[in-house]
Amino acid sequence: MSARRPYIRPMPRTWWLRNPVFRRYMLREATALFVGGYGLVLLWGLSALRQGEGAWLAYLAGLSHPLALAFHTLALAMALYHTVTWFALTPKLMPSRIGNRPIPARWVKAAHYGLFALCSLVILLLAAGVH
Amino acid sequence: MKSARRSNEPLTWSLFAAGGLLAAFLTPPLLLAPLGLLGEGLRFERVRAFLDHPLGALILWALIALPLWHAAHRLYHGLSDLKVGAHRLTYALCYGFAFLVTLYSGYLVWFA
Repeated sequence: MSARRPYIRPMPRTWWLRNPVFRRYMLREATALFVGGYGLVLLWGLSALRQGEGAWLAYLAGLSHPLALAFHTLALAMALYHTVTWFALTPKLMPSRIGNRPIPARWVKAAHYGLFALCSLVILLLAAGVH
Repeated sequence: MKSARRSNEPLTWSLFAAGGLLAAFLTPPLLLAPLGLLGEGLRFERVRAFLDHPLGALILWALIALPLWHAAHRLYHGLSDLKVGAHRLTYALCYGFAFLVTLYSGYLVWFA
């Protein structure tokens, strides 16, 4: 038997509620539920696409159900929060430099937002049926 | 001396980062896809032709599998933050699910 009685600081499950920084951290982590959930929506679509045109049309009809639209709207808000936090973190995690000079974080961020706008434009044009 | 054990962390973190990157750029516009129901973009032949192209198949696979690895990583660490479940169990459930989805979507994309 050890005589040690180390003090272990109590850590309630709700530790992250105390501080707005921790609350935003938890919100950021929770966006993953919607990012992953949307992956499953795409998987459902892929499976329908493989089954044939009837299953695909049923999938599209399912997407226009009010519950599906509600999920898409909420997931859009969460996914945008993921995008904003991801772009804010990238220059901190991967500081880049040209030669010896560091590239300012705001340039890296701006480049990310530019590429994001381009991706969005391409995807929306494809979804609208433009070749 | 016990030999150092290799960690899976570099692999799972790479998949997390790849999925997070893809999701940051593509998930918000993709979530507007139901608006595409108004247009021609989601017609069966068109989407099927995209899937039948090797590059299209690869994109669809990545769009499904990588965000699930991203979600698995955040969910596993989030559950640990909330002190829910034993680590080995939540690890197996989170990453195991992402692994299964990767296999199943890979099968649907390439072999179905």
